[in-house]
Amino acid sequence: MSKTVLTVDDSRTMRDMLMLALSDAGFRVVQAVDGVHGLEVLGGEPPDVIVTDINMPRLDGFGFIEAVRKDNRFRAVPILVLTTESDQAKKDRARQAGATGWIVKPFDATKLVAVIRRVAA
Amino acid sequence: MDPLAAIKVTFFQECEEQLAELESGLLVMQDGAHDDEMINALFRAVHSIKGGAGTFGLEALVRFAHVFETVLDEMRSGKLPVDANVVAIMLRAADMLADHVRAARDDGSADEERSRAIAGELANLCGISADGPEETVEEIEGLDFVPVAFAFDDAPPPAPLPEPVMDLPEPEPEGPPRETWTIIFKPRAALYASGNETAFLLRELQRLGDMDVTVQASGLPLLQDMDPEEGYLVWTVTLQTAAEETAIREVFEFVDGDCDIEVKSARADASAALDVHALIAMATAASGPAAEAPAMAMPAPAPAIAPAAPEADNSDLMEIIKFIDDAKAAVAADEKGEPLAPPPSSDAGIPAAKAQAAAGGAAAAQAGSGGQPPAGQTIRVDLERVDRLIDLVGELVINQAMLAQRVAECGLARSSSVAIGLDDLEHLTREIQDSVMAIRAQPVKSVFQRMPRLVREVAAMVGKQVRLVTEGEGTEVDKTVIERLTDPITHMIRNAIDHGLEKTEDRIARGKPAEGTVRLAALHRSGRIVIEVSDDGAGINRERVKNSAISKGLIPASADLSDEEIDNLIFMPGFSTAATVSDISGRGVGMDVVKRSIQALGGRITIASEPGKGSTFTLSLPLTLAVLDGMVVSVCGQTLVAPLTGVVETLQPKAGDVRSLGPNGTVIQIRETYLPLIDVGVQLGYRDAPLLPTSGVALLVEGEGGARAALLVDTIQGQRQVVIKSLEANYRKVPGIAGATILGDGRVALILDVDSVLSAKVTEPPRNPTVLAAAG
Repeated sequence: MSKTVLTVDDSRTMRDMLMLALSDAGFRVVQAVDGVHGLEVLGGEPPDVIVTDINMPRLDGFGFIEAVRKDNRFRAVPILVLTTESDQAKKDRARQAGATGWIVKPFDATKLVAVIRRVAA
Repeated sequence: MDPLAAIKVTFFQECEEQLAELESGLLVMQDGAHDDEMINALFRAVHSIKGGAGTFGLEALVRFAHVFETVLDEMRSGKLPVDANVVAIMLRAADMLADHVRAARDDGSADEERSRAIAGELANLCGISADGPEETVEEIEGLDFVPVAFAFDDAPPPAPLPEPVMDLPEPEPEGPPRETWTIIFKPRAALYASGNETAFLLRELQRLGDMDVTVQASGLPLLQDMDPEEGYLVWTVTLQTAAEETAIREVFEFVDGDCDIEVKSARADASAALDVHALIAMATAASGPAAEAPAMAMPAPAPAIAPAAPEADNSDLMEIIKFIDDAKAAVAADEKGEPLAPPPSSDAGIPAAKAQAAAGGAAAAQAGSGGQPPAGQTIRVDLERVDRLIDLVGELVINQAMLAQRVAECGLARSSSVAIGLDDLEHLTREIQDSVMAIRAQPVKSVFQRMPRLVREVAAMVGKQVRLVTEGEGTEVDKTVIERLTDPITHMIRNAIDHGLEKTEDRIARGKPAEGTVRLAALHRSGRIVIEVSDDGAGINRERVKNSAISKGLIPASADLSDEEIDNLIFMPGFSTAATVSDISGRGVGMDVVKRSIQALGGRITIASEPGKGSTFTLSLPLTLAVLDGMVVSVCGQTLVAPLTGVVETLQPKAGDVRSLGPNGTVIQIRETYLPLIDVGVQLGYRDAPLLPTSGVALLVEGEGGARAALLVDTIQGQRQVVIKSLEANYRKVPGIAGATILGDGRVALILDVDSVLSAKVTEPPRNPTVLAAAG
């Protein structure tokens, strides 16, 4: 059974890139455009992995992760943060919020899939 | 299309949107109004452009966006104040960023010198609050973005990686050098809290080489003392691999700080006089009996722990994973159901967390259904598909009309079920048509938002201070119309700044504010879209315009023209009042070209000017170019359609109301005024002798700019919505005819171009409204 990945990103380009890479790798992809939307989508189809951007309108990545972790059903869902920032402070902040790991943009499909594989069965 | 290329197209579309958002945000800031969310949005826009650009390896764009982003980040964190100077630099930077985006899109390159200069200005902004400005520039330029570092998880990293620990005095002669590593790994609760998983980490390690795993469970407390979220197990991994230590450490990259980890190479250990094997043996020995103790102590609900206790080797790994899953399931069951064991302390927090999450969910739902429109509720569709749909709906409308006509010919009663069904069909068709047309409707914003930049550039070039005010950006109009609006609006705005507004010193001398205002507005008016471009400049210098026209031989020197007629001279081909053709307006395009392009869209352009106060150009355009409501009339046995928008009323001329005016002219008295009566049959050349007015019907029509006349036709057949087919595209342009349509019976009918019929008639004998009024 293919794994479901929820991608949360306000950039259509990024969503399309993720969709292309993940569906080619055999994942099912559910998309959301920002944190608020992500939380709405989350209940509908529980994902196996979440990939989220940080800078987003309405609810940013940190807030989104915190909200996901507060929900008992999703306490253990691996969450990967998409980040262009290579500085440690951002990563720490994401991890503090409950992120499992990160993917440094720009990513390629192999890298993305490898990281997802690293955190999910 | 290659999917990646398609995404690239999306990226550039998205860039345009983000650039627009960036610009409008900066403009709001310029007016002194801004908040944190706005700065955030600006940051996101630039950040997003940078991110996408990185994906596609657009280095120049990434480099510039990075500097811009850095400055916005400073602003976001409050380190950089929002003042006029900063915003001005950012506006220039936004223009530059737009140039970079377009250069990248068109495979060109942006003006590097200008880019560097603006990047320098941006960097200097940061420099104010940071170190020396020079340093900052260098530092930022040093951060050149190179898309690198990809999946090395399966393969050893490329050669030049540093080797911090390993020191190989005797290089292995053949094959990849394999080394034995010992990794002692003790996860803590935080590791699990962030969604990481011991089993997956071990599995990643296994990919690197041959692995032995032992688990030391001596830390496990009695079940009643156990915190289900805490980590108690210590894993000892012996890994034989050709991979570097960095690759091993990378496996634990995400859990750094959430676990105790020790990575030692056998070689290093050996040099440190430590026996790895002894260590492994020690660990194995320790784990064996130690693990059994808690397992025995464990009460019934957690029997799954037991099988794991024996020494685990590589082949048992999957079993271990399964065991962990089982154990977790058991723990989860405990948490949910009636706890078999005393509730662990952390449980107390869970109901609260649940409640909070529920509240969060409710808030999110509210945000979704409330004030803000839900984001992302749009799809992008190839325009061709929409056009195809519109064409089909056009055919449907014609077909429906035909069907209605056939049924009517059968002599069925209006109340018959077939007729009623047809009525419903007509309503539905109409609604489908409206809905389909609405797909193509877009707000004029896309055109309007290009104008601030234009205004800045033109204003800088002519050395005037100009403020652009836009209104009605949300006004919707068909996409085809929008696409063709840019050039005329651009030209009119250039014109307004270059010719309309006075020089700053002249404005001050006249007691006007130094800053000139150009207003660009859009609104719907009686089924058309009206675009107004006005300035608060000097207005048209009529004397100069008239003299210029005379000197160019456009009008005779003796011409006696009204103010309105003089104003309209500027639309004449070959007219230009500027003493020198300036760089701005004089690009070989005059107002006559603007007028022609507007007319080609079925629109009209008019001008109103007041000396000393300014001028207003008004464009009026149809909302769509595909359908119109028409009045179907007969002329000399031909069926014609008059656009209903132009028809004010219809009347049956009475003998006493019609008077002759000159040899060919006829006027009709309608209430208090006299209007020219134009025989459409004669005008279009269907007949030579005019129809007896009393035997026909007059359509009182109003053209753009308010010119009225009565059009004489033989009979009126009725009103109908018709699908416009271009005559020009299929045949050629015919004066007085705007297009053609297909009627319900399958016949082709020509659509009257009311304004061209009017103006042709009106210009033949010079019309003077005052004479007509006097005649009444």
